[in-house]
Amino acid sequence: MIKLTIDDQPVEAPEGSTVLQAAKKAGIYIPTLCYYEPLTPYGGCRMCVVEIEKMRGFPTSCTTPADNGMVVKTNTKQLQDFRKGVLELIMTEHPHVCLVCDRRERCKPFDICLRSASVTERCVVCPKNRRCELQEVWDYVGLGKVDLPFTYKELPVHTEDPFFDRDYNLCILCGRCVRVCQEIRGAAAIAFTYRGSQALVGTAFDRPLQEVGCQFCGACVDSCPTGALMERNVKWQGFADREVLTTCPYCGVGCQLEMRIKDDKIIEVVPNKNNETNRGQACVKGRFGIQEFVHHPDRLTSPLIKRNGKFVEATWDEALELVAGKLSGYKPDELGVIASAKATNEDNYVIQKLGRAVLGTNNIDHCARL
Amino acid sequence: MSFEEIRNQAIAEWGALQNSKKPRIYVGTATCGQAAGATSILDTIKNELSRLGIDAIITQVGCIGLCYAEPIVDIVKPGRPRISYGSVTPEIITRLIEDYLVKDNPHPELALGTIGEGSIEGIPRFAETPVMKPQVRLATRNCGNIDPTDIKQYIANDGYTGFLRAIKMTPEAVIEEIKKSGLRGRGGAGFSTGQKWEFCRRAPGKEKYLICNADEGDPGAFMNRTQLESDPHSVMEGMLIAAWAIGSTKGYIYCRAEYPLAIERLENALKQMRENGLLGENILGSGFNFDMEIKEGAGAFVCGEETALMASIEGKRGMPRSRPPFPAVAGLWGKPSNINNVGTFADVATIMQKSGEWYSKLGSEKSKGTKTFSLAGKVVRTGLIEVPLGTPLKDIIYGIGGGIIGNKTFKATLNGGPSGGCLPASLKDIPVDYENLSQAGAIIGSGGILVADETTCMVDMARFFLTFTQNESCGKCVPCRVGTRQMLAILTRITQGKGEPGDIATLEKLATLVKSTSLCGLGQTAPNPILTTLRYFRDEYEAHINEKRCPALACKELVSYYVLPDKCEGCQICFRNCPVQAIAGGRRMVHVIDQAKCTKCGTCLAVCPERFSAVTKVSGEKIEVPAEPIPVVVKPKAEKAASS
Amino acid sequence: MQEKLKEALAAYKGQRGATIPVLQKVQEELGYLPEDVIPEVANILGISKNEVYGVATFYAQFRFERPGEHTVKCCQGTACYVQGAPRIIDAVEDELKLTGGKITTDDYKFSLERVACFGACALAPVMVVDNTVYGKLTPAKAREILGKI
Repeated sequence: MIKLTIDDQPVEAPEGSTVLQAAKKAGIYIPTLCYYEPLTPYGGCRMCVVEIEKMRGFPTSCTTPADNGMVVKTNTKQLQDFRKGVLELIMTEHPHVCLVCDRRERCKPFDICLRSASVTERCVVCPKNRRCELQEVWDYVGLGKVDLPFTYKELPVHTEDPFFDRDYNLCILCGRCVRVCQEIRGAAAIAFTYRGSQALVGTAFDRPLQEVGCQFCGACVDSCPTGALMERNVKWQGFADREVLTTCPYCGVGCQLEMRIKDDKIIEVVPNKNNETNRGQACVKGRFGIQEFVHHPDRLTSPLIKRNGKFVEATWDEALELVAGKLSGYKPDELGVIASAKATNEDNYVIQKLGRAVLGTNNIDHCARL
Repeated sequence: MSFEEIRNQAIAEWGALQNSKKPRIYVGTATCGQAAGATSILDTIKNELSRLGIDAIITQVGCIGLCYAEPIVDIVKPGRPRISYGSVTPEIITRLIEDYLVKDNPHPELALGTIGEGSIEGIPRFAETPVMKPQVRLATRNCGNIDPTDIKQYIANDGYTGFLRAIKMTPEAVIEEIKKSGLRGRGGAGFSTGQKWEFCRRAPGKEKYLICNADEGDPGAFMNRTQLESDPHSVMEGMLIAAWAIGSTKGYIYCRAEYPLAIERLENALKQMRENGLLGENILGSGFNFDMEIKEGAGAFVCGEETALMASIEGKRGMPRSRPPFPAVAGLWGKPSNINNVGTFADVATIMQKSGEWYSKLGSEKSKGTKTFSLAGKVVRTGLIEVPLGTPLKDIIYGIGGGIIGNKTFKATLNGGPSGGCLPASLKDIPVDYENLSQAGAIIGSGGILVADETTCMVDMARFFLTFTQNESCGKCVPCRVGTRQMLAILTRITQGKGEPGDIATLEKLATLVKSTSLCGLGQTAPNPILTTLRYFRDEYEAHINEKRCPALACKELVSYYVLPDKCEGCQICFRNCPVQAIAGGRRMVHVIDQAKCTKCGTCLAVCPERFSAVTKVSGEKIEVPAEPIPVVVKPKAEKAASS
Repeated sequence: MQEKLKEALAAYKGQRGATIPVLQKVQEELGYLPEDVIPEVANILGISKNEVYGVATFYAQFRFERPGEHTVKCCQGTACYVQGAPRIIDAVEDELKLTGGKITTDDYKFSLERVACFGACALAPVMVVDNTVYGKLTPAKAREILGKI
C-alpha cells in the first residue's frame, strides 16, 4: 500500500494507483471529464489538476502515479479558479444554455422551452439534459456563467447509422469514445481526425460507421459524457423508474445487462460494469437488440399446445405435464437432448443433467459443436 | 582499415588539398546559398574555368552563416590566403576568375575578408570583421569550411576523435565529463544534458533508444538546418557518444520533411559512417553496436515536444502525453529513451574532442558554452551565428547584425519563436543566457532571434505567434485547443480596431490559465508572446483598443493612406498603379484617395517618387484633403527648396 | 493502386510505426492521398483505415485532393511575416486566381501551400516553387516568377 496525504487527510492506496484513484478511494471528489475508468489515463480535459508538493506546475491527478509521502491538494482557490477557467473554455465549444438559462431551476424536465435561447442551444435539443456529466462538473465547479463567446460548430448530425446518432456539435473531445473503441474493442471504427481547433472525432473520410468496421457494440455511446452519442430510441424516452440486472439471453457468454425500465417497458439496456464476465461491454445484440424483441407483439409469452390442429395458449404447468407425460413413454436410448448455444451456461448445464440423471440418456448434443 | 589509418589518410588528403598547387574555389551551396542563386554561380564557375583552361579544385561547402551575403564564394590562390566574396553574381564571379585567377587583382572592394595565414592589402582578416569578431564558432567550426558530403574532411579536422575518446572511457565517466562541461539542452528547455543521460543510463532495461530531434519547427529558426546541411557528422558524432553513454543500440533522427537537403546530407553521412566502421555492429572494433535511421516528420510543430515526437515515430498522431513516466524510463515503444536536439549533439562532439572543463570556461555562470542563434528580421546582417552564452544582446544586434536596416529604430527582439517572448530595446544590454532571458520573460528557446524595428507592431506580432500556435496545437488538451483560439480571437479583434476595454484583462487571465494548465510545452509557452508584449508594450495594446490607433502603422485595418495636397505634383504614378482604382486625379491635379475603396495595399506609398513624398500613412488621425482632385498649386522654386 | 507502388509498400508490411513513411511514399508517387488508397495502406499496416485517416489529417504535409502540376509553397514563418509575407501570398493568390480558400487552380497547373518555416529566414520572404527556393521576394517578383512557369 502507498501512503499519502490528500487534502490533509491520510490516504492509503494500492500500488500502481494514480492520485485520482487514491482520492476516489478515500471519498475525495475531484472533477473529471476525460477520465474513464477502464481506459489508460488521458490527461486532456485538465479538470482534475491538483497541487502536489515538490512537483512543478499543476499535474493532472488522473495521470500522476500516487507515491509514498506525497502531499496533495485538490481544492485550493487557485485550482478551483483554473477549473472554472478550463470549464468556461469547454463551454465556448459546447451549447450550454441548459446550464445558464434563467429558467433552469423552474423548468420541469421536458417542459416546452419558452425561447430563452436560440434553437441550437436549447436544453431541450440535448438528449442528455439532466443526466449529463458536464452538468455535474459544472455544479461542482460553480462557474455560474460563461463570459467568453460561444461558437456553434455547425456540424451535420450523423443519423445515417443504425441504433445511435452522432452529434459532434455537443462533443467536448474528451476522446473516451475513441479510446474505448481502440483500446478495449480493438475496432478503431472512430478516430481523432485533424488537429488543434479543427480536431474532431470521426471516421475515414467521414463515411458512415457501417462502412468503416463498426460493430455497433455501443461502447462509445456508453462512454460519452455528453449528448454527442445517444441511442436513437432512448433519446426522448425520459428517465427510467427502475433497473433490473439480468443475463443476456442471446448466447452462452453470460453478459450482465442492466435493463432500464419505465412504465414496465425496457427503454434502454446497458452492459453492467461491476462483473467479471463482460465488465461494462456488450455486443450489438445485447446492447441494442433486446428492447424490440422483448416488447415485440409477435413474441411468445406463454407456451402453446396444439389442440385440434391449432396452437392454443396454455399454462407452464399444462405444458410441462404434457411433455413429461410423453417423454415417459420412451426408453432412455430412444431419447436425445439437443442444447442451444443461445442459452446460458447454467441452462445448458441443467439440460444435460436432465438428460443424464432424469431421462437416463447419453444422447446429448449442442449446436455449437458443429 | 583501422580508424587510425583512416584518420591518417584523411589528414594526408586534407593537407594535400590545402597545399595544392591548383587554385581552389569554395561555393556555399546550403539551402540559403541555393536560394540566393549558388547553383547558377557554380555552373558559371565551371564554364569559365573550362573556357579559360584553368585547372582548379571546386568544393561545395555548407553555410558559414552569413546568409545576408549569399551566395558566398571563397577563392584560394596557391600560397595566398583564402578570400571570401559575398553577394556574388555570375557577372562578378566571371570577373573574379579573369581578374584574380588569371591576372592578379583580388578586387578587395568585393571581398568580405581573408581566412587563414597571410594578408592581402585592402581586405580585412575575416575573423577581425564586426560580424565575426564576437563569435566563437565551436558547433559551427566546420560549417562553410569543409565539404559536408565527405566524411574524410570531417575526420581530418579532428572529427570522431571525441567519440574515440568516449569509448575508451566508461559510460559513467562520459556522463561525468558532460556534466562537468555544464552543457544544457539546446532545444529550448535548457535541462542539464549530463543529468538527462544519467536518468536514461540508470533506467532499467536492455533496449534503449536515442533520438535526435531535428524537427526544427520554430518559424524563424534555422540553426538545425544549417548544422545538418553544413556539418552533419558533428551531430552524428555527438549521437555516437550519447549512445555509448546511455547504453543505446538504436537511434533515430527525426528530421522535418521541409529540410530535403538536410535529409539528403544525413543519409549520405550514415552511409559513409557505415563504410568506415562507425555505425553498425562492433563499431571501431570496440564491441559497441549502434545503428540509426532517419524518420521524416510530416509537418507538425508539436512533434518537437518529446512525447509527441515519439508518438510520431510510432506512427501515431503526434499528441503529447503527460509525464511521468518520463521518456528516460518509458519512452519510444515504452522503452527508456533519450532525446536531444541537433545543437546539443554537435556540442557534445566538441566537448569530448576538447574536454568538459575546457568547455565550462566558456559562457556565463550557469549557462556554459556557446550557442548558435539564427538572427533574422530587420537587421542588416542576418544569418546563423554562434556566440558564448552571456553575450550582451546589443553585441548581437549591433555588432554581428550591423544594426537595423534603413536607419530605422531598434524596437525589440523576439526570442525563441512562438514559445518565447520579446525583449524591448531598453534591455539591449542583457546578457543572452538562460537565466537572464527567462527572468525578462523571454526564453533562449532553440535560438531564434528575430529583430523588430519601429514598423513592427507588437500586438500584431503576438497575434502572428498565436495564429501559429493555435494552428499547431494538437487539440488534445482543452486550454491549448480552446484557449489559444480565444486569445487569438481577442488579439485579432484588437488589431482590427475592434478591441474592447476589458480585453487586456481577459487576455491576461486566459494567458495565465493556458500557461498553467496546458498538458505540454506548446500550450504552456503559447501565451508567452502575449505576456511579454503586454509587459513591455502595454501602451501599444492600449493605443489599439482605446484610440483605434496602431503606433507602428502596421495593422492594416487601422491605417489610412492620404495624398498630401501641398506635396502632390499630380504626376499620376500612384493613380496608375493603384490596383483597385481608389485614387482620383489627373495630370497636374492633386490626387485624392477614396478611403472607402482603398484596400490599404500600400502601393501608392511605395511608388510615389521620393522627391515628392506626397503619400503618407497614418493611424488614428485624419488628414485634411480636398474631396475632389484640385489643380496643383505651383510653388515658387525657392520656397520649395526651403521647405524640403 | 499502381503495381509499382504496391510493391514498394509491401516492404512495410506489418512494420511497427510505418504509417507516416507509407503515407509519404504514397503521396510522393500519386501527389496526394486518394480515398481508395487509405484502406490498402491500412491493410499493409494492419491497423484500421480510420486510424490511418486520423494520422493523415493530423500532419500538414498530407493532402487529399489532386494537386496542381507545380506546387507553390509560401513561407509563413516569422521572419517572412515581418518582411511582408502576407503581401506575397495575396499577390500569389491574385496571380493564380485562387479565391475563397481554393488551393489549386482550375487548370491543375498550380497548387498553393502555406507552410511553416523553411529555415531560409535570412532570405525572407521566401517562396518555394517545386524544389526551387526564391528569396527576398516582392509581390511583383513573385508574380513574375509564376508568370514564367
